[in-house]
Amino acid sequence: MNFETLIPVVGVVTDVRVDTPDIKNFRVVGRDGKKPIIHKPGQCAMVSLPGIGEAMFSITSSPTNEEYLEFEIKKCGCLTNWLHMIEPGQEITVRGPYGNAFPVDDEFAGHDLLIIAGGVGMAPVRSVINYCRHYRDRYGRIDIVYGARSKEDLAFYDEIVNEWMNDDRDVHVHLTIDREQEGWDGHVGFVPNYVKELGFDTNKVAVLCGPPIMIKFTLAGLKELGFEETQIYTTLELKMKCGIGKCGRCNVGAKYVCKDGPVFRMDELSELPDEY
Amino acid sequence: MKYIAKTNLEQFFEAASKKLNVYVPVDTDGTNSAYKKWKSGTKVSEKLHTTRSAKDFFFPQTENLVEFKMTDRKIEIIDPRRETEDFAIFGVRACDVRSFSILDKVFLAEPVDTYYKNRREHGVIISMACRRPEETCFCKAFGIDASAPEGDVVFTEADGGYFIEAKTEKGSAFVDSLGDIFEDRDSTPAEAAQAKTKEIIDLLPLSNIDTAKFGGGKTEEFWNDKNWASLSEACIACGTCTFVCPTCQCYDIKDFDTGHGVVRFRTWDSCMYSDFTKMAHGNNRLTQKERFRQRFMHKLVYFPENNNGEFGCVGCGRCLASCPISMNIVKVMKTLGEEE
Repeated sequence: MNFETLIPVVGVVTDVRVDTPDIKNFRVVGRDGKKPIIHKPGQCAMVSLPGIGEAMFSITSSPTNEEYLEFEIKKCGCLTNWLHMIEPGQEITVRGPYGNAFPVDDEFAGHDLLIIAGGVGMAPVRSVINYCRHYRDRYGRIDIVYGARSKEDLAFYDEIVNEWMNDDRDVHVHLTIDREQEGWDGHVGFVPNYVKELGFDTNKVAVLCGPPIMIKFTLAGLKELGFEETQIYTTLELKMKCGIGKCGRCNVGAKYVCKDGPVFRMDELSELPDEY
Repeated sequence: MKYIAKTNLEQFFEAASKKLNVYVPVDTDGTNSAYKKWKSGTKVSEKLHTTRSAKDFFFPQTENLVEFKMTDRKIEIIDPRRETEDFAIFGVRACDVRSFSILDKVFLAEPVDTYYKNRREHGVIISMACRRPEETCFCKAFGIDASAPEGDVVFTEADGGYFIEAKTEKGSAFVDSLGDIFEDRDSTPAEAAQAKTKEIIDLLPLSNIDTAKFGGGKTEEFWNDKNWASLSEACIACGTCTFVCPTCQCYDIKDFDTGHGVVRFRTWDSCMYSDFTKMAHGNNRLTQKERFRQRFMHKLVYFPENNNGEFGCVGCGRCLASCPISMNIVKVMKTLGEEE
């Protein structure tokens, strides 16, 4: 942890990739060309354009990527609108890492993994996926269920098709889109239903990330399949300003999402007031 | 015990001001008082406490965190902080002194807020035992003894002057540094004054409000309490309670474009405001009831849950005096858990 944690460092955007009509991928290094932040899968960083604002984003690259950090950012507010306008070479500021992480080296180790994401919810779990693919022999079978509104809205589409789907080490990708579409011969339907249709055995750890409505119904679906809350992890998104559990915004019950989260096991989450 | 006559208090301030900046409560008009830097002739307020709490000294209403200079695509980051000067705050009441240790639990928890820590290290707290607590006071309910405050140096008014006791190393060093301005006196009058104050405290109408039903682990019990709706109904979301509160510490971080660069500053914020939790994808507290509930649940349940049972309230009574709709934590504490 950076001691002067409210003071950021400079990050240089080295590449901007258009991923979907409203999601862009940003590669960031420090001025020295190295990663400005060392993180664990699921941790976040404060990204800022001074004068515009600062907001918390999950670091979508895996810690095993030693060259750069990546942020997967959907255009949906003031700062993200500006971020979508920048070009490679632009400097931004970053500070972090903040929050806990998915327990990839602890509870996940040795287990089959079921990773479920919707829309830009792929951002935090992609870090987990690529971390577990890097240390492939530490984990069992990996299933990835990912859905978006349309084919064009699937983030990391090229990486998913070219790398994950071609990963023949017991990695299984299940894509779905909300509505029928020309040029799509894959599954059509919402993620929660697709998870139930696929009908996974319960001897695994599940990771969920997506819009609240998707989380709600997928969680219900997983429980129908026999999953316990102690087997399911998710990551929360709330308004944050400081990132260190002091400014008070992300306080839910006795927890601060920026510090005690953003990753929660479902049984921990169930104990919190329903306010996230 | 060390003693100084009221008539010699000026000498004390003069000696102290040679060592550091001394801030004293001063009447600013008929009803308000505020801390001002002491200078010769400054008249110390006789009021129970300042309108604003003393948290400004360590957690000012606004403060610059970092500055940026931008040229083309480059960003230069500047730490704007200068060396903090030593200072002393005189006349801090027991409730406000306790508020500092509550703020410490937030700002000095890892990762430490170095802006706050720096000021904390440079500040000497000279507390003043209460002699005339008022009917809005309820510090006793939170285990605070207004007749014997904490602090680096404690002043107790008795026998035409003040009895003085250094409670910390910092306080001893400060008192010793002032040289030979105190006399030694038998402490009996100070003890008598304390006993008298305790008697008054016991008679105050809010001294014995029940805190036992609150505390960590009570989220489920109070979260869905039916009374939140009626308690919060008239709240106009002005945030006054949070601003006068010595323990409220929520803040916002904002950027200001000066025309020559960008100053990033923090500023007090309030969980009572509708945009406090609003983000691009929505707001998790949509109604004033939810925001109102957050403030009191935090003080009475969440904070104690994280801090060994200590409540996030010191019973100073400022919110009772300043709320435009006369709603306050005492009413909340009395009403929650009752039948509708």
